[in-house]
Amino acid sequence: MADQHNDLPRFNHPASIKLLLAVFGSLIGLTVLTVATSAVWPESNLPADLAFPVAMIIASVKAFLVCAFFMHMWWDKKFNIIVFLSSTLFAALFIGLTLLDTGHYQNSIDNFPRNEVAQPPE
Amino acid sequence: MADAAHDDHHDHGEFIAHHFDSAEQQFDSGKLGIWLFLVTEVLFFSGLFVAYTLYRNHHPEIFDQAHVFLDKYLGGLNTIVLLFSSLTMALAVRAAQLGRNKNCGIYILITMVCAAMFLGVKAIEYSHKWDIGIFPGSLFALNYQHPEPTMIAGISDYLIWISMIPAILLVLFSVASIVGLLTKKTVFSKLMLGMAITVGGYFLGVFAGYSYMEAIMDHGDESHAAVTVEHDDQNIHMVSMTIDDEKSGAGHDGDHKEGDHAHAEGDHGHGGHHEQAYDKHHPDPKSLSKDVKIFFSIYYCMTGLHAIHIIAGIIALAWVYWRCLLGHWRTDYFGPVDYVGLYWHLVDLIWIYLFPLLYLID
Amino acid sequence: MVDKTQRNKIFGTPETTFLNHSKGFASWAFTVDHKRIGIMYMIGVTIALFLAGFFALVLRSHLFSFDGQGLPFYGKLSNADYNQMFTLHGAVMVFSFIIPSIPGALGNIVLPMMLGTKDVAFPRMNLASFYLWIIGTGCLLAAILFGGGLDTGWTFYTPYSIETDTGVIYATFGAFILGFSSIFTGLNFLVTVNTMRAKGQTWFKLPLFIWSLYATAIIQVLATPVLGITLLMLIAESTLHIGIFDPRYGGDPVLFQHFFWFYSHPAVYIMILPAMGVISELISVYSQKRIFGYSFIAFSSVAIALLGFLVWGHHMFTSGQSVVMTLIFSAITFTVAIPSAVKVFNWLATLYKGSILLNTPMCYALAFIFLFGIGGLTGLFLGALSVDIHLHDTYFVVAHFHFVMVGGTLTALLGGLYHWWPKIFGRMYNDTLGRVSCFLVFVGFNVTFFPQFVMGARGMPRRYAQYDPEFQIFHQISTIGAFVLGFGILGAFLVLVHAAFYGKLAGANPFKAASLEWQSSSPPDFHNFTHTPILNDPYDFDALVYDEELDTYISREFADPAKVPPRKEPVHH
Repeated sequence: MADQHNDLPRFNHPASIKLLLAVFGSLIGLTVLTVATSAVWPESNLPADLAFPVAMIIASVKAFLVCAFFMHMWWDKKFNIIVFLSSTLFAALFIGLTLLDTGHYQNSIDNFPRNEVAQPPE
Repeated sequence: MADAAHDDHHDHGEFIAHHFDSAEQQFDSGKLGIWLFLVTEVLFFSGLFVAYTLYRNHHPEIFDQAHVFLDKYLGGLNTIVLLFSSLTMALAVRAAQLGRNKNCGIYILITMVCAAMFLGVKAIEYSHKWDIGIFPGSLFALNYQHPEPTMIAGISDYLIWISMIPAILLVLFSVASIVGLLTKKTVFSKLMLGMAITVGGYFLGVFAGYSYMEAIMDHGDESHAAVTVEHDDQNIHMVSMTIDDEKSGAGHDGDHKEGDHAHAEGDHGHGGHHEQAYDKHHPDPKSLSKDVKIFFSIYYCMTGLHAIHIIAGIIALAWVYWRCLLGHWRTDYFGPVDYVGLYWHLVDLIWIYLFPLLYLID
Repeated sequence: MVDKTQRNKIFGTPETTFLNHSKGFASWAFTVDHKRIGIMYMIGVTIALFLAGFFALVLRSHLFSFDGQGLPFYGKLSNADYNQMFTLHGAVMVFSFIIPSIPGALGNIVLPMMLGTKDVAFPRMNLASFYLWIIGTGCLLAAILFGGGLDTGWTFYTPYSIETDTGVIYATFGAFILGFSSIFTGLNFLVTVNTMRAKGQTWFKLPLFIWSLYATAIIQVLATPVLGITLLMLIAESTLHIGIFDPRYGGDPVLFQHFFWFYSHPAVYIMILPAMGVISELISVYSQKRIFGYSFIAFSSVAIALLGFLVWGHHMFTSGQSVVMTLIFSAITFTVAIPSAVKVFNWLATLYKGSILLNTPMCYALAFIFLFGIGGLTGLFLGALSVDIHLHDTYFVVAHFHFVMVGGTLTALLGGLYHWWPKIFGRMYNDTLGRVSCFLVFVGFNVTFFPQFVMGARGMPRRYAQYDPEFQIFHQISTIGAFVLGFGILGAFLVLVHAAFYGKLAGANPFKAASLEWQSSSPPDFHNFTHTPILNDPYDFDALVYDEELDTYISREFADPAKVPPRKEPVHH
């Protein structure tokens, strides 16, 4: 995928301009797609529950493109990739376990006396 | 750094620190270091994503009610600006990898301009929210009214206050650039010129965002009329309370008729009028959940922290730009461009998720 | 093979060392040398230890009598002052002392040398880490001086931390900065171990101290950023009322506990893992025996680091957490006992039939095993759901974590300081006085904290300024023990400081230790090694022979071939 530059040191892998432009084009395309989807979805017959996952999938594809090519992960050491992906694993753990618990006591929070209620202007 | 002065006799290149054996070891260390730094960044943001997920899960209604205040096209514009800056950053890294310092500098400059432009658009978004009282936390007081009638020439005073800093920076950088030119400090002069152009990018963003806001205000958006009705209604009340405010009255000359009409209706019963005046894009504050401000708390935390990262990115990019001007990059030494690039792409990555999470809720 | 003059040059007493190669304030303040930074860290954390220890003694004096009258002549505090004292004791101890202690002081000095390299990967970042430590600790102290103190407990639980008018913002900002200091150290160590090991030094030829610092660094990098964002959000909550943690504004106070413990539980492993690494070195060297179960100890460090991320909810069993989550967190908590026990069993197996030298560091190491054993086992009581309902927020918990943090980490820090002191300063301490201080620490510690288990189990709640008279006897024993402990620690440091200036010259390797740092001169050269060190197995003590002329141990490869005795056992490969 990378350009052939045989005189470069082995840790140097320049990406080809064509590839970078193609990635950029795809990213723009996906951005337009996700905005369009969100505009069309509420009016369509598609199940409302799926709008959020679809938006997240599109975002993840974009993230993959940025990581793999702009961030040179495609050519990087495996260890670096594991290091970076582990961060998402731990973030997921954090989000997942916290979310599993918090639903349990939402009632007591909702019923807690408020100090201050947002008053609309008179 | 007295201790950094080294007296070892290795065959070290110009830019290889004394404690590394080879350019490759230095590059690998830096690369692993920046990846680990990005890990800390992801986990740093993860706290806000937890808060987001939690409130979206337990209180979806506040997200439904609040997202209408965010303009997905301005957000989309910023997404594209950031994606483009990521492209130019990737090209800058490539140029550095090939030892082409001049090309690298140009790409870095474009990246910085895009970064500043992003902030410009963000300034428009923030100031617009503050105009209608969407402040973070307990300051939140949505009322579609500028709390104080201090619009200057039709521009939000919040926007003017925010723009004060870049305006001062623009002047400082321009003067510094000219001084550098006169004193024949070429690199300094070019660096300052680059910074001035970068700050110019902010105003480009402000201009783009402002034009967009003007356009949706002027063309066929019913909500505008509705809101103006509200404005004038309020003005008339103020007049009746003998508080004369010519400036804000003058700003809405064209709508006076409608305003009078509303006033006439308003005489019969305010409540009824209010419900008619609001629409999908500007819902009645009374109809909103009292927790809707938590959405904006999360919005301000996430985008604010992201904006701080953009500013830090501009500073890091400026450093790389300076070293481009000094011609430091070689095929065996381009690490700093690569590392700053990775950081910049991460800032982009986070925005890739923030955009659908905050702007595209439907 | 080297000749005599060369040998004397490498292992003899050096003329220029990292301590004297440049002089003046700036040569220390702007140094990027890992050894000097380590010494500055050492001084810094010691000051923090004595400051927070002073707060502890004030507390213990106050608790001497049940009605809050303190000692007969001293120590009476108002309830508000009492709250401030235990908070400051906890916050300074945790954030400014324990977390940076072993990695910052010992790790900084020893880790690059164990890898045979000149410095850590990012020396300037290392210096920045120390300055962040100073700034962060300064902010904590600013809370005392300008913020009206701090009375939330070191955990900053919402909603109280938002309601109190004490200096929560100063303190949380300080902890935020200290978090970055910790991240910088961890990141530096991870990269250094990954990319800068000596030629041929594979992962399983690393000393176990490196493994434990590596595991610690994983936690520092993965968990500390969460503390950063938590504290930022807390600051935003108390200034802007963003409504995320404060129930009066629609926020979720238990969410704060999730956020806080997502960092702070792994952080207790930041505190104990480096200590375990020190003990692995000490036990092996002073038994002159290959460490038993090397790979088990190595992987148990990583296992503890990773499991540490899955158990944070056990701090919240009584906080309104859902039943399902308490079950999950309780179950995983028990699994942490496995890698911890693996370590203890392996240390004991290493001692078996070893030629044990009971000098000061070894005394500390044995004290560690005893105290950590008790601290670890009582953790199991607290991990059990029904028992925890009774023991939660009692002195039982206080005693448990002091057995781990003080009995574990502080003991290991002292042992490690005694072990590496001759290397760092080139001078030997007075072993008798060292052992006396160790004895005082051990006895004082047990007298202080063992009664707390008893009164905790009988229902004495923690953080109470006044209490039922039935607990008074336990508190009085505890207070007496605390003063003995305080004198013991003071004595230990005095012995060390005296040694650094007036001790006998130590020689390059007085303890016949096999890891690479002992192949430098004592004190080491500015570049650590004046020659390329020979890579030994770090636990192959037979690779070292005594050199009469130098009065120290050197590698066989450096010794005069005529005087080298044959190997006792075949070389492992």
